[in-house]
Amino acid sequence: MSEKQDIPAAETAAPRKSLSRAELERRQLLRSIAIGSGVVCASMLGFFKTKFASAAPHLRPPGAIDEDRFLAACIKCGQCVQVCPVQAIKLSDIQDGLGVGVPYVDARAQACDFSCDAVQCVLACPTGALTHKLDKKEQTRMGVAELVEPSLCLARQGKGFKGKARGADYKGKLRYPEVDRWKPKPVADHPYDLDLCDLCVRQCPIPGAISLQAMADDATGKRKTPVVNQSCVGCGVCEMICPTEPAAIRIVPRVSGRHSS
Amino acid sequence: MNRTLSRLFEGYALMLGKAPAKPTEADFSQEARDLLAFKKTPEQRALRKATIKHEREHPETSTKWRNRRWASILVVNLLFVLSFWLDLQLIEGALTASRVFGFHMADLNSALQVTLAFKTVLINLVIGTSTVIIVYVLLGGRTFCSWVCPYHLLSELGEMLHLKLVEKGLVKDHPLHRGTRTFVFVAFAVLAFATGYTIFETISPVGILSRALTYGTVVGLVWVGALLLIEVFYSRRFWCRYICPIGLTYGMTGGVAPVRVFYDAQFCMHEGKCREVCLVPHVLDMTKLGYGKDVAHGIGPDCTRCGMCLDVCPTGALTFNVQGFTRPATNRRTEQQPS
Repeated sequence: MSEKQDIPAAETAAPRKSLSRAELERRQLLRSIAIGSGVVCASMLGFFKTKFASAAPHLRPPGAIDEDRFLAACIKCGQCVQVCPVQAIKLSDIQDGLGVGVPYVDARAQACDFSCDAVQCVLACPTGALTHKLDKKEQTRMGVAELVEPSLCLARQGKGFKGKARGADYKGKLRYPEVDRWKPKPVADHPYDLDLCDLCVRQCPIPGAISLQAMADDATGKRKTPVVNQSCVGCGVCEMICPTEPAAIRIVPRVSGRHSS
Repeated sequence: MNRTLSRLFEGYALMLGKAPAKPTEADFSQEARDLLAFKKTPEQRALRKATIKHEREHPETSTKWRNRRWASILVVNLLFVLSFWLDLQLIEGALTASRVFGFHMADLNSALQVTLAFKTVLINLVIGTSTVIIVYVLLGGRTFCSWVCPYHLLSELGEMLHLKLVEKGLVKDHPLHRGTRTFVFVAFAVLAFATGYTIFETISPVGILSRALTYGTVVGLVWVGALLLIEVFYSRRFWCRYICPIGLTYGMTGGVAPVRVFYDAQFCMHEGKCREVCLVPHVLDMTKLGYGKDVAHGIGPDCTRCGMCLDVCPTGALTFNVQGFTRPATNRRTEQQPS
């Protein structure tokens, strides 16, 4: 009995009309080739989203190197997510193809406001997908703000703003240095009362990145327009705080010219 | 010395896909030859037959190692999750790369994919993989699989279901060629280098699960579910057995591990229960009567140290041991004589 048991089950348990060993092996080989290639092909579907589907590029965390290199260097561990004090960084899911597990910032929901000062995500990154050469927020090159809906902009209409910038239910946080330099506070807990809306300029964490300028065709001098300057890093705070719906100002993410590795 | 080396190479060849071969007469050590001759005497055969019959009527299956292992998988993955959710900061990151008490750790295959795709040797990954390699050179490479990997746990539950369905005749196992994994490993390494993307990460159930647990990226679980369906209804443990390049990468480090499952033919009844439960039964080929070149064997690098064979082995022929710290077999023999 014991010796009979020594033959592996696969060899003894043949189908009704016992197939020859060669036939079983042939089938196993075909199965293996099919499944092995199937798995490899499934992984290649990742290219579809990254290379062919025309989706808007993601805004990446501060210090991200150029998109192609960034996707290669990122080890998809999410350590950048863990250190962000305002939870601005999220990880992409499988529908992002090759970008699965790669961090991005949804600025409208929660922008990177540099609450951490020292660019913590960059320090957390084990691979340099967020370049280690960066140590000041002014050096980041995530994208550039653009006034995409000028007709909605309150300042261009000469309007002020009173109330909660994004409504009472908005979850996002911002650092208000005049309130507490160390602890970011929910935007919903910080109502404004402004004669002329200048939220994008007022909350911008980068000195001189955006300014309000008088409009040439306005005789009253009340209407002003936000002007984005060269020092804009694309952190997204203006997009986040803009009280119009949709936001009048938005970040156009950079995909190249960010940082060299 | 030559015997040790050839056994090491044999272990790696088996892991890469070679089929285990029956040893020829010249392969046996003198002790093994004597033991085999003794075991083949009619009295011994009759005795074994009776013992096995008795054992089958009064089966004693332990869940000791399984329970410990499941606890280990749950604790490690829970530490990842709680480190983020409760800000415990013990193990930060995911199974692809992390900081453990601030020290870099990196998954070997993830690090390999990044290095090949990025074409840069990153110091943090060198540090991270060195730490991990040291751990698994000592513990046996694939210890990661059965003691840490969250997919392994799901896959084990899937296997239970699969075996139930097989028993009822509802599904049939379709084994693959074990060389498939070697092909998949090479394919993903080449793809990472050629395309400049970490292609394997797109479908790695380990990374997907680890991130889903910690960061809530749950859409990828659809893929993990699909793999489990294949394992339940088509091919038993197909991902861990035939595909996973992570398992192969860890296996590479496990050839000389002092911590290992150890087989002593003196106690073996050659009943084959261990091979029935084993994830990688080819590593237990020497437990067939007449297949053990030596009386005592450490199990090869593909072994995940899961301990399932220990849990089912009725005679204690299979044990965990640490090379250099184990009592001689003769001592155990006197202890384990049936009363």
